[in-house]
Amino acid sequence: MTALSATPQACIVIPMYDEGAVIADVVLGALAGFARVVCVDDGSTDDCAEVAREAGADVVRHPVNLGQGAAIETGVRHALRDPAVTHVVTFDADGQHRVTDALLMVERAVRDDVQVVLGSRFLGTAASVPAGRRRVLRMATAFTRATTGLSLTDAHNGLRVLRRDAAEQLALRQHGMSHASEILERIARNGWSHVEHPVTIDYTDYSRAKGQKAYNALNILFDLAVGRMRHAA
Amino acid sequence: MIIKLVLLAGLAGAAVMLVRGRPTALNLLVRRALTLATIVAGAIAVLVPSLVTDVANALGVGRGTDLVLYLLCVAFLFVSIALYQRIAVLHDRQVEMARKHALLEAELRAARRSDA
Repeated sequence: MTALSATPQACIVIPMYDEGAVIADVVLGALAGFARVVCVDDGSTDDCAEVAREAGADVVRHPVNLGQGAAIETGVRHALRDPAVTHVVTFDADGQHRVTDALLMVERAVRDDVQVVLGSRFLGTAASVPAGRRRVLRMATAFTRATTGLSLTDAHNGLRVLRRDAAEQLALRQHGMSHASEILERIARNGWSHVEHPVTIDYTDYSRAKGQKAYNALNILFDLAVGRMRHAA
Repeated sequence: MIIKLVLLAGLAGAAVMLVRGRPTALNLLVRRALTLATIVAGAIAVLVPSLVTDVANALGVGRGTDLVLYLLCVAFLFVSIALYQRIAVLHDRQVEMARKHALLEAELRAARRSDA
């Protein structure tokens, strides 16, 4: 192994929308493990951009609200402007992910030499996943398998590691909440090497309140169906 | 029943448009031609109302007003899909422009910081 691949330069990307209450802790936690932390403020109405900046993050501000998928794409592009960056990590702003998991996933990406490492809450300690959430995620997993052929245990985990070559080709077009499935579709279509890594999700009242409603899965289905048919046409 | 074929073909066309609709020059021409034809047909229908009922009867519809309603529904569907697609294109552009703005602003801030 060369010295270069032994020390990956990872940049953590955190999309945020009105997360002023928790973002300082999340940024400080991320900075403890990563030298580069990019927060994308998706047109928030609160002061989370200032809070994140004061905590030490590099903040990019959308002038208007564009959606989480758009924010991730912006953050990835901003991260890639630094030519030294070898990996990009996507990380949720609500504090449900653990920085130690992110560090282990970057390590895994280097060790296994894969382009994508996907966090999976069902490979790890799944005990804390609420029952309703678990049902929706199980359906999402089955859907992913049926449509992309990817055999995954967790289809919608916000914690991922993308190697630079994969991140450069990402170009997300689902600006809203359907980006998670779109990323999986990219993996399948481009044949990116990938592996799942067990992670723990800390469900708090805050993250639950900010989390998606289960019925939004149907909106995602619609986005994907139309998007896929249009792409095939 | 000819009307059933006409309406089903219209609905199928709407489904195809939803999946494959692209802003090509041919599509634009078709849209403009249909708009003109609708205006002309509307004017004729106003001047000679009995003609609408004759056409309706020929297609297997009882009343002219029913035919107008059926065609209105299909036309509304087409217009809705066309607008939906137009808005989607505009939204993509808006996202790209807002993103460029955000990235430029971040770069500017970084440049200022390194100057200071």
